[in-house]
Amino acid sequence: MTSSTNVSCFHEARRVAIFGGTHGNEMSGVTLVNLWIQNGKEIHRKGVETKPFITNPRAVEKCTRYVDTDLNRAFTTENLSAPSGDDLPYEVQRAQQINEIFGPKGSPEAYDVIFDLHNTTSNMGCTLILESSKDHFNLQMMHYIKKAIAPDSCPVLLTEHPLLKYSTSRSVAKHPIGLEVGPQPQGVLRSNIFESMRVVLKHALDFIELFNEGLEFPPCTVDVFRVSEKMDYPRDTNGNIIAMVHPNLQDCDWEPLNPGDPMFQTFDGTTLRYEGAGTVYPTFINEAAYYEKQQAFVTTRRETLAAGAIKKT
Amino acid sequence: REREREREKLLYLIVSLPPQSRVALCGGTHGNEMSGVYLVRELQKLEKVGSATLTTVISNPRAVQMCKRYTDVDLNRCFTDAILSSPVTDATPYEVRRAQELNTLLGPKGSAGAMDLVCDLHNTTANMGLSLISYSAQDWVILHIYRQIQITSAPVRFILLDLPLADAYSQDSLGKHGFSIEVGPQPHGVVRADIFNIMKECFNSGSAFEGGEVDDVYTFVKSIDYPRDPETNQITAAIHPQLQDRDFCLLHPGDPMFLMFSGEIVKYEGVEVLHPYFVNECAYYEKSIAFHLARKMTLTIPPLRVKRD
Repeated sequence: MTSSTNVSCFHEARRVAIFGGTHGNEMSGVTLVNLWIQNGKEIHRKGVETKPFITNPRAVEKCTRYVDTDLNRAFTTENLSAPSGDDLPYEVQRAQQINEIFGPKGSPEAYDVIFDLHNTTSNMGCTLILESSKDHFNLQMMHYIKKAIAPDSCPVLLTEHPLLKYSTSRSVAKHPIGLEVGPQPQGVLRSNIFESMRVVLKHALDFIELFNEGLEFPPCTVDVFRVSEKMDYPRDTNGNIIAMVHPNLQDCDWEPLNPGDPMFQTFDGTTLRYEGAGTVYPTFINEAAYYEKQQAFVTTRRETLAAGAIKKT
Repeated sequence: REREREREKLLYLIVSLPPQSRVALCGGTHGNEMSGVYLVRELQKLEKVGSATLTTVISNPRAVQMCKRYTDVDLNRCFTDAILSSPVTDATPYEVRRAQELNTLLGPKGSAGAMDLVCDLHNTTANMGLSLISYSAQDWVILHIYRQIQITSAPVRFILLDLPLADAYSQDSLGKHGFSIEVGPQPHGVVRADIFNIMKECFNSGSAFEGGEVDDVYTFVKSIDYPRDPETNQITAAIHPQLQDRDFCLLHPGDPMFLMFSGEIVKYEGVEVLHPYFVNECAYYEKSIAFHLARKMTLTIPPLRVKRD
């Protein structure tokens, strides 16, 4: 933790990418990025190269989440360093290409910032996803965005976890930011969801412009939800689910779940209750894409992160 | 006065339903519409429903397995007379073959051996509550079933497609009487407990058989597509926030329909005040449909009496 007289200096954020279509059926990002590829005026900021990019064009064309494998899990060290070849799954080939254009991941040549645009069937509102609790640049950006859209809220999900963290397309950049907006069905474009993602991105780019102009951002704190545990549906011996998210929990992302609260409801109406040790804050409740990943929801715990002052070098 | 006399005549017409009716309940006609898939699996434990014999079917098992609407073509458009009688070759899509199999199992369509009642379970991403969809305004059995459905958790409506049987393309047309149940809003690939329970509640029907008026009947008039880019065919607007989720409300000339990505509003320019439904259904983007428009009407149906031998 830095004192108020210590300022962390970062290089100018000169190269910024906006990814859409990492999942081909998450329509807000696909639509926004296609719009900006045609006319980038809205995302233009002084001194910044903002590159809109469709990461999974084949999945977008078929309006499906992925073709062979989930692109947003494909950026592992193993995949990125594997010898390239046509026999690799499409998304692994794509990950290698993206790593070449926007990375290499972990190197000084990598893009400064990547925004990755997603939708969810969960009632998560406009969620910002943070991968590292030590990324003061990102923390300051998220603090700025939250202030800008108040009184509307922008929960921050921290995915820093030894087991649950996954290798995202945005992780190629020095400062990866996920935007997860819902609820929206896959394959559907809702105007309100589309416009709220657009507004959040506008504020994010404004922050970058201000930072690049030399503005110093004083120390701040950011309330976040840190991922804790993955909860699967109850299943039978064949792997079929035998219960649904309980009506009391459905759509209650970010609200407290206490021990004893209803969690699942079997098809014949029996209630199954949460039996954890303490209060948790569930999210990604009933996300369509997570049935196959054995996840009904994920629990989180509230935490306050401190970000030191930052300024351009 | 003429109309009133006609109405009185209809009110005293007796229609009968044979006691040992064969009923088929179908789920998974679209493999990612989850309420029907899970309800059928649950009901497969039961064999008899009242005095009727219940056959339960997962209509498109391959699509269910992949959790997709369909594998080659939309199964629920394959039940026209023409497609059901088309010759099968190596190139025949999976769903066409399956439709012909289902015709053998539940039909043959239009014959004496067909199921008495075929009920097909669906979900929609549109905010349609519980909607019954059928082809005929004269099928008193279906209209009575509609009247019997007493649910407190969602609005219940009846949608009429008004097509001759030969052109009827959906699975429910295989039975002597047939209808689809559409429950929404639910994202495809997701099972929501509240939506599942609405569909389940449907089957705890009442027992009123008097004739009378049937309200909340909507007849399909036409479809409206999204505004599209003439070169790429990509949509250039989303359903306007004032129309989104407002299925069955009134759409007046001048009301907003679409909000362009550029910010302009596209307004409804029809002459007649109509009711939109299937507003922003995911599966209809590829069918060039943003929503359907319907006229609302009230029907009169006669009392229903079960003939006992």
